[in-house]
Amino acid sequence: MASFQLELVSPEKLLLSRAVEMAVIPAAEGEMGVLAGHAPMIVALRGGVISVREGGQVTEQLFVAGGFAEVAPDRVTILADEATPLASLSKSEAQQRLAEAEAALSAAANETPEKREAAMARVLSARAMVEAALAA
Amino acid sequence: MPSLKSLRLRINSVKSTRKITQAMKMVAAAKLRRAQSQAEAARPYAERMERMLASLGASVAGAPDAPKLLVGTGADKVHLLVVVTAERGLCGGFNTNVGRFARAQVRALEAEGKTVKIITVGRKGAVFLKRDFASRIVTEISFANKKRIGFEDAAEVSAKISDMLDNGEFDVCTLIYNRFRNVISQTPVGQQLIPTPLPEASSEGGALYEFEPTEEEILARLLPQNLAIQLYRALLDNAAGFYGSQMTAMDNATRNAGEMINKLTLNYNRTRQANITRELIEIISGAEAL
Repeated sequence: MASFQLELVSPEKLLLSRAVEMAVIPAAEGEMGVLAGHAPMIVALRGGVISVREGGQVTEQLFVAGGFAEVAPDRVTILADEATPLASLSKSEAQQRLAEAEAALSAAANETPEKREAAMARVLSARAMVEAALAA
Repeated sequence: MPSLKSLRLRINSVKSTRKITQAMKMVAAAKLRRAQSQAEAARPYAERMERMLASLGASVAGAPDAPKLLVGTGADKVHLLVVVTAERGLCGGFNTNVGRFARAQVRALEAEGKTVKIITVGRKGAVFLKRDFASRIVTEISFANKKRIGFEDAAEVSAKISDMLDNGEFDVCTLIYNRFRNVISQTPVGQQLIPTPLPEASSEGGALYEFEPTEEEILARLLPQNLAIQLYRALLDNAAGFYGSQMTAMDNATRNAGEMINKLTLNYNRTRQANITRELIEIISGAEAL
């Protein structure tokens, strides 16, 4: 199967850079599977799990808290706000973050719509983190 | 002529100073290595962010409702300077250089009749600028109790800046920090943050991208992130530069202490010899007198 170059970078380091066959990324408007030769796209990501497939097997799963992905026919670059391999995700930390995000959302009730939306996005991302941690 | 005892005391005190500066140099060297690798690890993200921004920004910049972070407020009246310095001293001219650079900037802007506001990051810069511009400093941020600068620290500063922009508190934002060129040389630079200077789109035609959701929405999320990453880069450069500068300063101090010890030891030995000679002369002339 044809492969493409997948790069996953967070502000603090380069996490992944190698040729893979397929990547499933949590785009803002739904999961998106990318194969080699995909049309060029720039997508925003929501909190969720990126799975990498090679030889029909899922070889790697990482949780991202949000970010962007740039898709080109021969490469995919994911700029993650924060990325953690699923195995090292901590359940208690995820739950604590969810609690914090929910508190921030209720505190933002009287703020501008943009701020409320940002707080909502944080809650959704934290919720996805808890789910990912429970599933791992 | 100083007595032998006072010379001995001085030699000992300089020796212990040398021990301290030597230890500080070693510590700075170790921390420098860590700071440098952290700065390197952050580079891939910044590069890719730049590429994405280049292919995205050019198409939106002309639109009338383009985000403020990208095009600014349209005015050029109130300037915000973000001055990044170290938390501690003992690092040669590192903090002073940024301080002077910032001071020159403030003077130049005010000579043109603009209003200047200052945010200082790092304790030393605040102390330096307070002397002349205390009334213009709006916020002081300090990471003195942090062992290691993380991205979330930069994100916090950038959130503060975007809040100020939303409230219309400034029109143009410039970041002043020491760019890390190598271990011995750091130069203060001013980098414009808002309006965002767009990197040139590469010739391989960035306009072919599809966007999901819309271009505007992605840009609205990308720009704050870009602001944070620029700040993060400045903070890391600042940290690496600080340790580099401290290492050089402490190296010099160690060498100077060594020179001083040599001089004092020579002086000590001469004095000792002179004392012995004088005593001998006294004894001999005493014996001759008998």
